Formats: sequence, C-alpha cells, structure tokens
Amino acid sequence: MTAFFQNTIGLPFGWAWFVATIVGILVIALPLMLAVAMIIYADRKIWAAMALRRGPNVVGPFGLLQSFADGLKVFLQETIIPSSANKVLFLIAPIITFTVALIVWAVVPFQLGVVLSNINVGLLYILAASSLGVYGIILAGWSSNSKYPFYSAIRAAAQMVSYEVSIGFVLVSLVLWAGTFNLSGIVDQQQGHVLGFLNGFGFNPLLFPMAVVFFISSLAETQRAPFDLTEAESELVAGYQTEYSSMSFALYWLGEYANVLLMCTLNATLFWGGYLPPFDWAPLYWVPGIIWLFAKILFFFFVFSWVKATVPRYRYDQLMRLGWKIFLPLSLTFVFLVSGYLMIARVGLPA
Amino acid sequence: MIQLIAFYLFAVVVIASGALTILSRNPVHSVLWLILAFFNAAGLMVLAGAEFIAMLLVIVYVGAVAVLFLFVVMMLDIDFAELRAGVMRYAAIGLALAVALVAEIIIAIGAWSAGGLQLGRRIAPIESDVPNIEAIGRLLYTRYLFIFEGAGLVLLVAMIGAIVLTYRQRSDVRPQNVSRQINRRSKDATRNMNPPVGQGVEL
Repeated sequence: MTAFFQNTIGLPFGWAWFVATIVGILVIALPLMLAVAMIIYADRKIWAAMALRRGPNVVGPFGLLQSFADGLKVFLQETIIPSSANKVLFLIAPIITFTVALIVWAVVPFQLGVVLSNINVGLLYILAASSLGVYGIILAGWSSNSKYPFYSAIRAAAQMVSYEVSIGFVLVSLVLWAGTFNLSGIVDQQQGHVLGFLNGFGFNPLLFPMAVVFFISSLAETQRAPFDLTEAESELVAGYQTEYSSMSFALYWLGEYANVLLMCTLNATLFWGGYLPPFDWAPLYWVPGIIWLFAKILFFFFVFSWVKATVPRYRYDQLMRLGWKIFLPLSLTFVFLVSGYLMIARVGLPA
Repeated sequence: MIQLIAFYLFAVVVIASGALTILSRNPVHSVLWLILAFFNAAGLMVLAGAEFIAMLLVIVYVGAVAVLFLFVVMMLDIDFAELRAGVMRYAAIGLALAVALVAEIIIAIGAWSAGGLQLGRRIAPIESDVPNIEAIGRLLYTRYLFIFEGAGLVLLVAMIGAIVLTYRQRSDVRPQNVSRQINRRSKDATRNMNPPVGQGVEL
C-alpha cells in the first residue's frame, strides 16, 4: 500500500508510509469493532440456544441490531466516577484494556502477505501486548477504591500471570518446530505439516496436547468461563468493573470481546493453519485464505461460547492448581519432548 | 524523520517518567511511572534495531516483574510520616550513591568527544542479514554458554533458596486431596432413607 501512495498519488516515502499505515489500521480496526458487536450477539444467541431460550430477538431482524442498541444506550448514559476513586487511573484503565485488545491485531496475518506489520518477533509482540492487558484490570480494581473490584484485580493479576507462564512454554515448543517468531512464517510452516497433507501444527501428535493447553489457557487469559473468577457475580458483584458505567464500561465490554476474538484467531493461526485450508489439496486453495481464517475463528468462538454455556466456574484454588501443577509441568515436558524429537530428526543422533 | 520524532518522543517520556517515579508521592503511581519508563525504553530499543531485547523487556519486566511489584505495593499499608522520618538515617548512603551517579554522568559526557568505538574489533560483529534472535542465540549458546548456564543455575538456586526459607510444614491444616474430591460420587455422601410416613429418620 505504501507503494500505491508513493507512486500513484506522489507522496514522499515517509508520508506515503505514514498514510498507508493509518489506512491499514483503520481497515483492520473498524471491521473489528463491527465484528465485536456481532460476536456479542452471536455469543448471546449461542448461549441462549443451549439454555433453550430465544436470546435477543427484538431489535432488528432476528435481534441482529441488539448490540448496536446496547451500544447506543451505554453511550447516552452518564459516566459516573466514584468520589473516592483515583480519577485519572480510573479513566485510563478501560482505555488500556481496549487499546491492548486492538494493538495485537497489527501482526495477525489475514491472508498470504496481508498483514499490517510483518515483524520478525510477531509472536513475542503478541505475548508482550497480552501481558499488558492485565494492567487495565489491576488499575481498574485499585483505582475504584472499593473492596470487590480490588479482590477481583488481585485475582486477575495472579490468574493472568500464572497462565502466561504455560502459554509461554506452549509457544516455545511451537516456535521450536516452526523455527521462526514471524506469524506469517509460522503459518507457512504449517502447510502440509502432517503427512504432507494436513495443514496445521495441531494435527501433529506431539503438538496436539499443546494446542489443547493453549486453548484452555486462552480461556483463562481472556477471563471467560469457567475461569471468570475476576467477575464472579456471586462473590464479587461484577468484579473489577463494578464501579464502571457508561462508555468506560463499554470499553471493557468491547475490549473483552476483542480479546476473545484475538485468542480465537491465535488458536486458528498458531495451531490450525491460519489462512490455509485444513487439507493441502489444490481446489481448497480457490477459496480465499481470509475465508478459511474467519471460518476457523468462528469455530473457536463457538467453542468458547459452548464452554461458557456448559461448564461451571472453577474454584480459585483449582484454577491455580490447573495452571501451576498441571499445565506448567505438562508444557515443560512437551518442550523437552519436542526439542528432543527435533534434535534427533533434524540434526541426528550424536555418533 | 519519523524515526527522529519517535526517538525524541520515547527519550523524553523515559526521562520524564523516570523522574516522576521518584518524585510521585503515591507508591502505586511510582510503579506505574516505572512501567511507562520500561515501555518507552523498549521503544528506544526497537529504534536501535534490537527488537528481541525490546520485546523481552516488555514481557519480563512490564508483564511479570512490574505486575508482582504492583501487587505488593497495592497491598502495602504505607505510612508516609514514618517513611519521611527514615530519610535522614539513610542520607549518607543516598548521598554516596548520588555522588557516584553524578560522577558517572560526568564521565559519560566527557567520553562524548573521545571518538567512536572500534566497532570492527568487537567480539561479535553484527551481521545485518541475520535476525536478532538468531544472532543472540548463536552467541549465547556458543561463546557464552558456560556463563549463560551459570546464570541459570544461580537463578535456580535462588528460587529453591526462597522456597526453602519460606516453606513451613503446617500440621493444623487439612490439605485438599484433589483425586479424592474428583472421585467422590453422590452415593458416598448422601443416602436416601425413604422413611415411612409418621416415622423419623435414624442416622
């Protein structure tokens, strides 16, 4: 796109790059917002269907416009700032959550060569940005100056740090296999990965357990059920967002679902072939890659909703046990197994 | 042009947030300024072409260390009067540190005009076509292997030491047996006595 602005419109390189990047950001972020609105609707519909209810069905055809009505309602409400809250941090916290949920999309490849920023350390960038996400929650809890949000913030901090450890090790075994941190590179490596036919690291028996661990960890990382202890309504009112109202609440809402979408995308991209079709068979490549990616994202989103509708919430000690006593040893073992296998397969046994 | 703007932006924010880290009165604000400083330092490293180090800085320091820091500071009950009372006691040490730092800054500024480093004679000359991560990995696992492993060992010993020092065997708690909890079925805990009308239940 930089070349287009440089040659067709005749801007100098710096400005062409600048304008192209801004346009790229808008092209990703605006549809993303729309997708978040629709995915909230989808979540409620799936959840309702599993509970044998109708779900939103009043606003617009099939209730499709429900999220927009909710958005308008929230937009018109008064922003309430508790008098004893730390005002600046109270307002910055939802902005952090929302921004962090958006910036990660910069490195996600949507199709072959379609990525805003094709950086070498893409995977590390995702880890770095998602580790920032916890600040939105901690700051909300602390700056609200209210006890339930504070409990929630402490839970969130412990939970996210714990599961990031196992996510880190899962990604290490993945990167060992792919040999690159670049997300497009990782997707390319998955072409015909298993038996020269199946596209995706997840089909590999050594990496499949890691794909499962990653999926469960991504549930914990986005604080979805069954790991939604940070907003366990029976214990903590609404968790860290108890004191929030109006747009500041809406930013949490959007940020949360943008994060869920992102985690679905990462599951699809890292383990299940991203924009590649599931089988390495020429006619399947006639479908554009972005369609395959969206289909995979929607599949994982359905599983997220399914889990939310059916699985009861974990107890806190069970959550910590799962993270530290099961996932961490498991992922460490698989780092060992994967690196051992790759050593034998790629370098050979020492004579 | 954009690089220059970005450099001055990051540099100014690093210095300003560094200053605010020590100047702000609320310890939580201090930690937050520190986090901002880390973040912008990572930005500077990206500009310098060290993207791997930059990402590690954010992941390790911002994502883990500072979260734990914030965790502790948020729960501290800090008495500011008592803190201020202790200032004079440590004034001598603080002054010594300040003098050392000022001296370092003066020397650093003095080195400004001393001429460039001899980049060609470095141990690990940078090859521009090798990605950052690969270059570090090659160096770390060949030339600096023993130092690297030694550092890992030191960290392991520190971790085990911390656990040994803080672990205490408690006899007054009943630890949860997870497999027992999972294997428990409803018939283990409840009985349906089905008593006839008018009679009580014998337990």
